[in-house]
Amino acid sequence: MNPVLAAEAPGFLSPTGVEIAFLLVGLVTLAAAAVTVTTKQLVHAALWLVVALGGLAVEYLLLTAEFIAWVQVLIYVGSVVVLLLFGLMLTKAPIGRSPDADSGNRVAALAVALAAAAALVWVVVDAFRTTWIDLDGPAQGATRVSGEILFRHWVLPFEALSVLLLAALVGAIVLSRRDRTESGPAQEGKR
Amino acid sequence: MHLAYPAVLAALLFCVGLYGVLARRNAILVLMSVELMLNAVNLNLVAFDVWLRDTLHTGQALTLFTIAIAAAEIGIGLAIVLMVYRNGGTSDIDKLRDTTEVPGADDPTEPAGPDTAAGEKAEATA
Repeated sequence: MNPVLAAEAPGFLSPTGVEIAFLLVGLVTLAAAAVTVTTKQLVHAALWLVVALGGLAVEYLLLTAEFIAWVQVLIYVGSVVVLLLFGLMLTKAPIGRSPDADSGNRVAALAVALAAAAALVWVVVDAFRTTWIDLDGPAQGATRVSGEILFRHWVLPFEALSVLLLAALVGAIVLSRRDRTESGPAQEGKR
Repeated sequence: MHLAYPAVLAALLFCVGLYGVLARRNAILVLMSVELMLNAVNLNLVAFDVWLRDTLHTGQALTLFTIAIAAAEIGIGLAIVLMVYRNGGTSDIDKLRDTTEVPGADDPTEPAGPDTAAGEKAEATA
């Protein structure tokens, strides 16, 4: 499957330039993700999420998946984070430090996360210690390649996905519409 | 590039997201952590796709589908969170105990107590 595997896998002690860049961006991404889940300022969590998702876009670029990288920037950084910020503002999230941002079971959560991390990293490193990705040659995720495979081999899932997006849009509108006939006076009374 | 680098990064990102889902109290922060976990899956898909040199590019196609489904998920999730906030006055998932099964179920004042307190607290912070 992997032609380089049979010959000789390069060691970890002499990393290539791409590997060093991947490692540095990966550290930044991981640190931003950790700040996202631990900070007590809710808006800062959304802004650190931008750093984490942008770092992942750079990782996609380093893995020669250009189209995925730009889709990541457009959809995640451009729209998902904006939606999350809107959600924070619409639920009147406190600006500044909120001491009850973390639940009471954070010790148990930390234990579960550390156990999962140890198990996953152990298994992954043990399995793919000698596997080498050959990044030479033409970019494998160029826009032309992605468009051809998407509209030649994956047309049916693509169209099904568009139906799912439409259903999600309609569902979100239905959920967020006020039901005037039943709860109108109750809403007025609560305000 | 070693496949171990993206695989380990994806595993660690997934675990960071797992911690966030379990430890956060605000529903929108839980949604952010879910996004982190989905992104870890995407990184794995892209890395294995590039490694295997798949002619159908299954990993990248699945990554695009995952991103679209994540966008749908965040839309629906935010709509649900906003509706819950409008009805209950809080987006704190520890306080959403409407469907909980308390041991002494014939005491109706116990579940109602924290809810009204939460509503007042949300009003006070707003």
